[in-house]
Amino acid sequence: MTIQLKDIRYSYPDTPVKQVLHIKSWAVAAGEQVFVHGPSGGGKSTLLNLLSGMLQADSGEVSVMGKRLDKISRRQRDRFRADHIGYIFQQFNLIPYLDAIDNIKLAHQFAKGKTSLSLEDDIKSLLSNFFIDPADWQQPVAKLSIGQQQRIAIARAMINEPELLIADEPTSSLDQDNRDNFMLELMAMVSEHNTTLLFVSHDMSLAKYFNRIDALADINIIGAEN
Amino acid sequence: MSVSIFVLLGVEHIRTQTKEGFNSTVSGADLIVGARTGSLNLLLYSVFRIGSPTNNIDWETYQTIAKNSNVAWALPISLGDSHKGYRVMGTSTDYFKYFSYGNKRQLAFAEGKPFSDLFNVVLGSEVARKLRYSLGDKIVLAHGLGKTSFSLHDDRPFNVTGILATTGTPVDQTVHISLQGIEAIHIDWQQGVKIPGSNITTDQLDSRTLKPKTVTAFMLGLNSRMNTFRVQRDINNYQQEPLTAILPGVALSELWQMMQILENTLRLISGLILIASLLGLSAMMLASIREREHEIHLLRVIGAPPTYLFLLIEMEALLISLFSLVIALSGLSFSLLLSKDLLISSFGLQMDFTLFSGNHLLFILLVIGATIIAAALPSFFAYKNAKLSR
Repeated sequence: MTIQLKDIRYSYPDTPVKQVLHIKSWAVAAGEQVFVHGPSGGGKSTLLNLLSGMLQADSGEVSVMGKRLDKISRRQRDRFRADHIGYIFQQFNLIPYLDAIDNIKLAHQFAKGKTSLSLEDDIKSLLSNFFIDPADWQQPVAKLSIGQQQRIAIARAMINEPELLIADEPTSSLDQDNRDNFMLELMAMVSEHNTTLLFVSHDMSLAKYFNRIDALADINIIGAEN
Repeated sequence: MSVSIFVLLGVEHIRTQTKEGFNSTVSGADLIVGARTGSLNLLLYSVFRIGSPTNNIDWETYQTIAKNSNVAWALPISLGDSHKGYRVMGTSTDYFKYFSYGNKRQLAFAEGKPFSDLFNVVLGSEVARKLRYSLGDKIVLAHGLGKTSFSLHDDRPFNVTGILATTGTPVDQTVHISLQGIEAIHIDWQQGVKIPGSNITTDQLDSRTLKPKTVTAFMLGLNSRMNTFRVQRDINNYQQEPLTAILPGVALSELWQMMQILENTLRLISGLILIASLLGLSAMMLASIREREHEIHLLRVIGAPPTYLFLLIEMEALLISLFSLVIALSGLSFSLLLSKDLLISSFGLQMDFTLFSGNHLLFILLVIGATIIAAALPSFFAYKNAKLSR
């Protein structure tokens, strides 16, 4: 199992009475590609932050790749995230003033010392895989189009060959054409590397790319109550 | 930020340089003697050529004191004339032998030799450089101290026989002639004007027959420093004429005491400016953190630990600070270079361009330290936010 959640409860520290997340049990197998849909405010970001170790659950078991994230220190969780989890946001996936290559290098920086001899080559082949023109590699990413930026974001998320890739509404800032290209490239990438993909979106039209579709409301009991 | 560092460093530099310049101006003399006056006034006009002498000393008095058994050497100084704004000083050839400045360094000749004749003149290095004089040139001295004087001693031109090496002291701005020379140009003058009809030709003058009647002041070197206070007291109690003898070091420290308030005010102001700019830096970093919330979140997601973010913000502040320092230092060097002549001519300040003295390094470290402290708050916010990020 790549993800295994058991009896998770979470409420924000400033409003401890009001729970935002309560998951009895939820699991994702290795290599699975899961589409999770639900309205915003349904505890979606909280769920993703718990999985990536950015937040700590109030109670319950969070295990990712067999590692109990609720049992290890914040420092270890930061390290674990850098090594094993890739993350793509809706926007702002890249440091705007750095170029594509440096952005990807930065993501590599925090991960376990994989040999950096071939790093530059790895980055370049990744970038060409995503059809980024070599002329744009040295440009500050802020100068590139949104479509290009999101493709570089995939490359950045994949550079450390994570076992789990979390995508949080990555297509909502893209137009139809870019969206389809993005999805095709993303799906090709994860199946090639046999990466577990957790894809969160409210856009049901994307569900066709996935074989497992979960509603957030089914996972989060609090969301169901609302 | 740059501006405040510029001001701070500038003030500090000028302060230390001025002090150093003053302190190094006279180092060998144990006592300076002049007519009865305040010790600061005597020091200023005799050594720094600032202000006007109050009165002259009788030549006999000078002779008597110079022959005292405790006195190793005596250098008479006779002021009152000028050449194109540079002061003319009458003295004896001993001046080039005994006068020392800085760390007991002797005067050295860049070219030529001391004056040997009545109408010989030895120029300070700056005088020669600015007025483009070289050995053998003839110059005419003016009566009084103004830059443009109408009463010129044009009947008795002087011959340049020597040019001194640069000392960084008022010596550079002085025109040296013999006491007899001073006497010679004034021989047919009275009360600052030429006596009409009286015309003694240059040939009739002979250094042996010319006796100076007065000197403005003189410096004394003693055989033994132990006797300094006794000789000083003797001179101050000299019966024939009211005199003042001062120890240059003591008078200088009196001067510093007077300057202290001004100095401290300047330092305080520049310190406040620095604090203000550091607060500005801190506020700016805080604002930028808010703006860069996404960036910080992104860094967290790709695994940057909160400590990394803390250091990141600190490094940014340091970079800004270092950059400011570089701008300030280069700006200061540049403006010192530009204003060098102005500083010398209008304030008599001789500036050194080595900005990296011990004091300044200390100051730079202080700025860096203060930056780290000022940036700690925004950095801590970044750290805190990173921990709670959702």
